[in-house]
Amino acid sequence: MDLNTITEVAHPKSRAQLPVWTAGDAWLAGGTWLFSEPQAHLRRLIDLTELKWPALTIGDDNFTIAATCTVAQLDGFACPPDWIASPLINQCCRSFLASFKIWKTATVGGNICMSLPAGPMISLTSALDGIATIWQADGGERTIPVMDFITGNQQNLLRPGDLLRQIDIPLASLRRRSAFRQISLTPVGRSATLLIGSIDSDSGFALTVTAATIRPIRLAFASIPEQEELRETILQRIPDNLYHTDIHGKPIWRKHMTLRLAEEIRAELKAQP
Amino acid sequence: MTFDINGKTFAKTPRAGQCLRTFLRDLGHFGVKKGCDAGDCGACTVLLDGEPVHSCLIPAFRAEGHAVTTIEGFAPDGGTHPLQQAFLDAQGFQCGFCTAGMILTCASLNQAQRQDLGVSLKGNICRCTGYRSIEDALDGKRNIEDADAGTAFGRSLPAPAGPLVVRGAAPYTFDTKIDGLLHVKLLRSPHPHAKIVSIDKSAALAVSGVHAVLTHEDAPKLLFSTARHEKDWMDPEDTRVLDDVVRFIGQKVAAVVAETEAAAEEGCRRLQVDYELLPAVFDPAEAIAPGAPALHGDKTVERRITNPARNLVAETHGEYGDVAKGLAEAAVTYEGTFTTQRVQHAALETHGGLAWIDANGILNVRSSTQVPFLTRRGLSQIFDLPPERIRVFCERVGGGFGGKQEMFVEDILALAALKTGRPVKLEFTREEQFIATSTRHPMRVKVKAGADNDGKLTALQLDVLSNTGAYGNHAGPVMFHAVAESVSVYNCPNKRVDGVVAYTNTLPAGAFRGYGLPQGLFAVEAAIDELAKQLSINPFEFRRRNVVKPGDPMLSPPPSQYHDVLYGSYGLDQCLDLVERAMSAETPRHGLAPEWLVGDGMALTMIDTVPPAGHLSDSKIALREDGGFDLTVGTAEFGNGTSTVHRQIAASALATTVDRIVLKQSDTAHGGHDTGAYGSAGIFVAGRATQHAAENLAAAIKALAAEMTEGDAGSCVLDNETVVCGKRRLSFAELAKAAKARGGVLEASGSADGTPRSVSFNVQGFRVAVNKATGEVRILKSVQAADAGRVANPMQCRGQIEGGVAQALGAALYEELVIDDGGRVINPRFRDYHLPSYADVPRTEVFFAETSDAVGPMGAKSMSESPYNPVAAALGNAIANATGIRFTSVPFKPDRLFPALHEKYGETKT
Repeated sequence: MDLNTITEVAHPKSRAQLPVWTAGDAWLAGGTWLFSEPQAHLRRLIDLTELKWPALTIGDDNFTIAATCTVAQLDGFACPPDWIASPLINQCCRSFLASFKIWKTATVGGNICMSLPAGPMISLTSALDGIATIWQADGGERTIPVMDFITGNQQNLLRPGDLLRQIDIPLASLRRRSAFRQISLTPVGRSATLLIGSIDSDSGFALTVTAATIRPIRLAFASIPEQEELRETILQRIPDNLYHTDIHGKPIWRKHMTLRLAEEIRAELKAQP
Repeated sequence: MTFDINGKTFAKTPRAGQCLRTFLRDLGHFGVKKGCDAGDCGACTVLLDGEPVHSCLIPAFRAEGHAVTTIEGFAPDGGTHPLQQAFLDAQGFQCGFCTAGMILTCASLNQAQRQDLGVSLKGNICRCTGYRSIEDALDGKRNIEDADAGTAFGRSLPAPAGPLVVRGAAPYTFDTKIDGLLHVKLLRSPHPHAKIVSIDKSAALAVSGVHAVLTHEDAPKLLFSTARHEKDWMDPEDTRVLDDVVRFIGQKVAAVVAETEAAAEEGCRRLQVDYELLPAVFDPAEAIAPGAPALHGDKTVERRITNPARNLVAETHGEYGDVAKGLAEAAVTYEGTFTTQRVQHAALETHGGLAWIDANGILNVRSSTQVPFLTRRGLSQIFDLPPERIRVFCERVGGGFGGKQEMFVEDILALAALKTGRPVKLEFTREEQFIATSTRHPMRVKVKAGADNDGKLTALQLDVLSNTGAYGNHAGPVMFHAVAESVSVYNCPNKRVDGVVAYTNTLPAGAFRGYGLPQGLFAVEAAIDELAKQLSINPFEFRRRNVVKPGDPMLSPPPSQYHDVLYGSYGLDQCLDLVERAMSAETPRHGLAPEWLVGDGMALTMIDTVPPAGHLSDSKIALREDGGFDLTVGTAEFGNGTSTVHRQIAASALATTVDRIVLKQSDTAHGGHDTGAYGSAGIFVAGRATQHAAENLAAAIKALAAEMTEGDAGSCVLDNETVVCGKRRLSFAELAKAAKARGGVLEASGSADGTPRSVSFNVQGFRVAVNKATGEVRILKSVQAADAGRVANPMQCRGQIEGGVAQALGAALYEELVIDDGGRVINPRFRDYHLPSYADVPRTEVFFAETSDAVGPMGAKSMSESPYNPVAAALGNAIANATGIRFTSVPFKPDRLFPALHEKYGETKT
C-alpha cells in the first residue's frame, strides 16, 4: 500500500553513506512487510538495495547470507552435495504463509528482524546455529546467535539504528543430518509449530522448536534420547507461558503438536543409518 | 524517472512512499486491482521483468529500469493470450476481480509449480469460484457451449463480460479517471461506546489540500438503516450519516475531504476529538440482561426497535402443538447448544464509490453495490432530494455475497459531494472492510428435538440469540430467516421457536449469503442426525420420513403473515437420492494412517426462492435496426452470472442468439425499479421481468409482422431471428425498419413482483477424515445435489454451488473475525483471517434434480445462497460420525477439535 507519510528515500551505496538514524526512519530491504501495513509514524526509508551486498557466499568456515538476500535467492541456491541439511532451506521457504511471488522480494534479514514466532528464516538460521552480524549506529559491530537474537513475539535485540548485516551459518551445521516437521491450522497456512532436529558429527542431537513458542528454543542432547526423555525434557524446558497464542493456534495445541512432532523427528533420525 | 510499462515509456516520478500498484493505476492501468493492498490476495499481481510480483508491496521507484507487464499488456496488441482464452473457455472466473492477477500468476508457473497448485496459488485468493473452474482453465478444459437461435436457455453459455474480464478491461467501481477528484478518508472511533463532546477541526483544515471536514454537525439528523430492503419497515432506524454517539470501535466519526488521500489521512490524524466514554457491552446475553448499558436508549419503539432500553432489536416467539408433550412422549430426544462465529463476506473489491454533481444538478453515485435503486431511495430520504435528482449505478461489482445490500459509503459520499460541490471518492481499505462494514450474525442456537420409534419427529424447538452488533441492519429479518425454512422443511406436530436479537458494542452484522439459515441449520440438522443415530436409522431415510412433501404445509411458528410460498416444483426427494447414491461409492483411504478417523455426514436445506413482502423488478427490451436487441435490467452483476441468464431468457423468448442482445444494467438513470440483487432474486424475479418483457416484445413483433403480411398474428411464429407468417419470412431487421418507417420502435417492458414464491432445495454430503492426534480435518468426498428447477445455465449454476460450498467451508473450517474483550477486531487482514485458497478447497461433485418450476422464469429457481447453507451442518455431522464427538461450534479448527479428541483418544502413538 502507499506509505503516504514518507517524504524521502535514501539510497546509500556504502556503509559510510548510511544517513544518521533519526526517529521516523526505517530500513527498506524487500519492503514486503513495510508496505503491507500502515506506517504513519515513518518519514524516511533507507533503501538497502544499493549497498549491493553479495546475497550468498561460501567461505572457509561459514555460509554467509546477506540480510538483503531474498528468500527466492536462498531457495534457488545450488548447495554443495555434502550439505545434507540443505533440504531444510526449501522446507523452511515453503513454510512461509506468503507465496513464491513474495519470496522474490522478501528478504531473509527482513523475516528475522520481524521476529514473528512463525518466521521460517528464524527457524532455519537458528536451527543451523546462525550468527547474526549487526552494524551499530555508532559505527561498531556485534554478533549474536540468531537463537538469542529473538527474544519474544516481534521482539529482538535490535536497538534503534542497528542494521542486520548478515547471518553466518557454520558449514559444519549444513553437513548435519536433519529432520523437519511443521503443522498449521490450514493446509498451506502459517506455521503453528515448526521443529527441526539434527545430529552432529559427535552424535549429539539438537532439537530447535520454533513457531510454537514465542522465541526459538534449542534442546541439546549428547545423543538421540529415548522417547520419554525427549518428552520430559520438552515438558520441563518449555514452560506453558512460552507457547505462543494467537489466531494461528492455541497454546495447548501448539504444545501437544510440539511433543508429537518432536517424537516424529526423534524416530526419523534414530531410524536413519 | 521513466518507466517501461507494457512496452511503452512513461515519464513520471512516483511519490516517495508510493507502491507500484497505485502508480500503475494512476497511469491508467485499471486492470491492476486492489483486493487487500497488503500482499495477501494477489489481485494486483503484475510481471516485473517477466516475474510475478504483488505490485502493492513493490515500492514504485524500484520498477524504474525494469519491464512492467500488466494484464493490459499481457497479450500483444490487445489480442488474447492463450491463457486468457483458456480462462474464457473454462469460465475460470465469476466476479472477475481476482482474474487478472490469477492469469498473470498462472502464466508464470513452471511445470513443477503447475503440478503443485495448492502451494503455487496460495498467494491468489478467489472468493467466488471454489477454484475448480480455475483448475479447468489450467487443464485446458472447455466448459462452454454454443446455442442456436432460440435455444439459449438451459445451455452453458459464457458470461458476456468474459472477454473484458480476462483482459482486465471490465470496469469496476474505481476503474475510471475523474478530473478534479477529491478523496474522502474517515476518522474512526477508538472507543466502543462514547459520546462525542467536541471535534476541533482547525488543525485538520490547516493541512494543505484539505477542503472540508464533515462531522455530525454537518450530517442530516434523519435516522435510517444501512440495510436496504424493498420495505423500509424491515429494519430499525438507528443510524445517522455521522452520529454524535459512537457505538463500536471503527464507527465513522468524521470525514476529511482533500486533494489527495495522503492529505485526507493527515487531516484525520490531526482531528482533535473529545469523547465522553460510556459503558459498553460486548456479549449479547449480557446486553439483554437488566442493567446493561443501552446502546440506543435515546430512541423509542417508533424507530422499530422492539425494546431500546433492553438492547432488544427484535424477537419472535411461537408454538404449534405442545413441544413439552412432544418431548415427553418421544422415544428419543436430543438437546444441544450450538454457536456460530463472525465471518465476513470478504468480497475482493472493497466497499466504496464515487459521487459527483453533474451539469444538470443531478447527484451521481457510482458505487460497489447490490442495490442501486434502494440506495437512491435512501439518499433521497436522507438528503431530502427528489429521486429524479439522484442517480445511483454500479459497474461490474467485485463480489457481494450480501455485504453490499447495505449503504455503507454512499451516504457519506453524497454528503461530501453536496458540501464541496466537487467529485469525491471513498475507497475502503481492507482493514476498514473488516472493522467497519458487516459480518454474518453470530448466533447461539439451543435446539431440542424428539422422535418416536417410527422415526417421526414429535417435537422440534429452537431458541436463538443473535448478536447484531451496534446497529440493527438486517437484525430482525436474519433472525426470522434463521428459524424459518430450517424448521418448516420438517413435518412435526409440535414446534416451538423463540428468538431474540441483541445490540452489542461491536461491529454490526448484516446480510450474508444464506441470511441466517446456515446458523439455524447448523443446530437443526445436527439434532436430526442425533435422533437418527439414536434410532439406528440412516440419516437420509430419517429425513425422508420427516421432510415436507408437496401438499404439506411449510410451518414455522409463530404463524406467518405471508402465504405466498408454494411448491412450484419439488426436488428434495431427488436431491436426497442423488447424494445418498454418490456417497455410497467407496473412497480410497489414500494411505491415511490409522489415526485418521473416517466418517460421513449430510444435511439438507430448503429456501424460499424470494424474500418475503415483495421484491420488484422491471425490464425493458427494444428491437434495434440491425435486428438485435437492447435489454435493460435493474439487477446488478457481481459474479452471480445473472447477466448471462438474462440474455439467455430474452434470446430464447425472441428466437435469437445471446450475442444479438446488448445488456444494460443496474443504473437508476435507465428508469424503472429493481429491488436489488439479493435474496437470490436476480433470476427468479428479475429474470421473470425480462421474460415478460421479451414475450411482450415477441407479441409486438408478431403483431407488426401480421400487419405487414396481412396475416393473423396468432399464426406468426418467431424462428431464427425472423418472424414467419404463413409463407412470408421477415427478418427482425426488416421489422425494425418497418417500425421506424411507421414512426416508432418495437419495444416492450415487463415486471415481476416476487410473488408467489417457490422453494429450492440442496443436500450436501461429506466424507471426512479427522486426525485424532492433531485435530486436522481432511475432506475425502464432497457431494451436493441442488433442486434449481430447470437449470438456466448448468455451468454457471454449478459454479454457484461450488463457490457456495467453498465459501461455507471457509466459515466451517477456518474463518473467524475475533473481537477482543474491549470490542476491538484483532485480525482485520487476510493473513490473519484465512480465506480458502486453492489448497483448502476439495472438488465437489454437483448434481441437479430434474424439475421445472411453475413459478420461476422458464422453470428456473434461485440457486445463489442456498448451496452455502447446509455445508457447516453436513461437515459437523460427518465429524461427529467419524469421531463420535458432537462438536457444536464452528470453525472446526484443529486446535478447537483437539481438546475433546485428546480427552477421548489420549496421546496417540505416531
